[in-house]
Amino acid sequence: MKHIFSKQNKALLSELVRTDFKLRYQGSVLGYAWSLLRPLLMFVILYVVFVKFLKIGTDIPNYPIYLLLGIVLWSFFTEMTSQSLGAIVGRGDLIRKIRIPRWLIIVSTSISALISLTLNLVVVLALAIISGMDFLVTSVGLPLVLLEIYLLALGVSLILSALYVKYRDVSYVWEVCLQAGFYLTPILYPLSKVTDVNIQKLLLLNPMAQSIQDARNMFVTRQTITNATVFNSQFTRLIPIAIVLVILVAGVLYFKKESKNFAENL
Amino acid sequence: MTQQVVISVDNVSKIFRLPHERHGSIKSLFVNMFRRKRTYEKQKALKNISFDVKQGEFFGIVGRNGSGKSTLMKLLAGIYVPSKGVIRINGKLTPFIELGVGFNPELTGRENVFLNGALLGFNRKEMEAMYDDIVSFAEIEKFMDQKLKNYSSGMQVRLAFSIAIRAKSDIFLIDEVLAVGDLAFQEKCYKVFEEIKASGKTIVFISHDGSAIERFCDRVAIIDKSELIAIGKPRDMVLKYGAIVAEDQQEAGNKEVKNKVTHHGNGSVSISKVTLRNFKGETKSSIVEGEPFTIFAEYSLKSSLKDKVIVGLDIIDEHGISILGPNTNELKKIITLLSDGNIEARFNSNPLASGKYSVTFGVFNHNASFAYDLTENAMRFKVLGERRHGKIYIEPEWTITQNT
Repeated sequence: MKHIFSKQNKALLSELVRTDFKLRYQGSVLGYAWSLLRPLLMFVILYVVFVKFLKIGTDIPNYPIYLLLGIVLWSFFTEMTSQSLGAIVGRGDLIRKIRIPRWLIIVSTSISALISLTLNLVVVLALAIISGMDFLVTSVGLPLVLLEIYLLALGVSLILSALYVKYRDVSYVWEVCLQAGFYLTPILYPLSKVTDVNIQKLLLLNPMAQSIQDARNMFVTRQTITNATVFNSQFTRLIPIAIVLVILVAGVLYFKKESKNFAENL
Repeated sequence: MTQQVVISVDNVSKIFRLPHERHGSIKSLFVNMFRRKRTYEKQKALKNISFDVKQGEFFGIVGRNGSGKSTLMKLLAGIYVPSKGVIRINGKLTPFIELGVGFNPELTGRENVFLNGALLGFNRKEMEAMYDDIVSFAEIEKFMDQKLKNYSSGMQVRLAFSIAIRAKSDIFLIDEVLAVGDLAFQEKCYKVFEEIKASGKTIVFISHDGSAIERFCDRVAIIDKSELIAIGKPRDMVLKYGAIVAEDQQEAGNKEVKNKVTHHGNGSVSISKVTLRNFKGETKSSIVEGEPFTIFAEYSLKSSLKDKVIVGLDIIDEHGISILGPNTNELKKIITLLSDGNIEARFNSNPLASGKYSVTFGVFNHNASFAYDLTENAMRFKVLGERRHGKIYIEPEWTITQNT
């Protein structure tokens, strides 16, 4: 552990993240402001379509915030996994010519994604305050949910980035998976629209669905259907958490095994 | 005195598995996928290499392109993992094998210094302390806030070298860094090498240039065709390496491949006839040592070239080593080729030692990134004479002062 957080690794990590951030909005007039503008604009579109036009979620208090929180968490997962996917290949110049811990590249991508997440959450918070939402005490539990999503995204990122070195098909496959995941997770629609309880149960075994619903339950409204309420048990939540841990461990092991050969397979 | 072994390479082989990309049909692709059998071509890049490098040694590795020396370097740096055998490293090793790794053209020089420093394990604070030294060594103070993509390649190399030598390593790996940069900077680099060496650090230096190897190394290994041929004193090894190269060229010559005139390039220019003329302007196949000579080339154009061109030639000795390689880029004048004609390169002094030479003649685009025509073996000639020592001869002004 001491080795992982060595001075050298920290220095490199901070430079990689800095570079990433500097290059991201290069050549754009508004620059960093886009980090905040993007989620805001996205929210305006969704709000108009889902709340004003389709009138979804009228039975849920603070539905706009509820909706936005789900979207923000899902976009974090999407951004982190899809950027990590190409990260090893994208940094091929470094990997072929210098000995640096390969996982640092994935961690640096994940930190960039975390920075966007933080900015997005600031937007959510600001809107919650503006809309006069009552804050729930359980909000203090949010970091745990964020940690779960982060670990899941990390595990997936490690697997995808290592696979992508060998099989470029992975990016197309993952694109489809993300699309499917987006609709299989109750992000745009309230879970109550799914009338079959068994399907609700099935959907809530997905770690992303479970964590997004838990986050909404903690932060926005107690009326959220969560893994615990649908199964009527506190223990079933362990299933998605177990899935996260399995993916994470598999990711670490697979990445470790493959990373030795990155330089020659790239 | 027994010195500590800092690098020990024990029976190391490296095999690359190159997958066969082409599948005969979609069906065979699927069949192969389900059998989980991908076809590979095994390429042995290094075969059973063993050697040791001791503390404080300047260890050279010579070999031709494709001999496996860069693979060996990557194995030493820990970028590749050996397929067989063990490499033991005792001490801190520079993690890079090439200069300017990780340079980002979109960032400024300044930002790149910090990024590159981080790759060497320095944090911002440490880099800030060294920043002024780095910039002044590279001699590019004025350009630090410009994007790297606007730097010339020489400036980039200077900056990279200045950062690289800050690395706090016990063992340095250096792969032909001196190929770029002007002479003055090369000398500066050599001085740094000597300083590193004097401070008791170990250096592994890879090159295919015998003279640099001879100048610095304590011990030299020859790698050829994936195998370690010999290890020994620099002088012996450079001679042996020269012999290996010459032998191969002779073999190739016997097959009449090497002696053939070969054209490369896009054909916008075609060099038709290259001849040697003596000082009287007579076409000759040989000259005498010290005799001035002219290389005369006729060319024709597909269409006129309005952009600047670079004309260059290489006079290559029988070992394949370039002895003289002048080009017009060193002139201040911009040369354009608007119609067919001829090019003369007059050598008013002739420093060539006796021997056989071949001439490669080329016309390139404005930055020499591609050739309009590059003619190898455009012409062969001999220099006749008695000089035995040295590849070129320049008469010094001798002064002998004797104490009476």
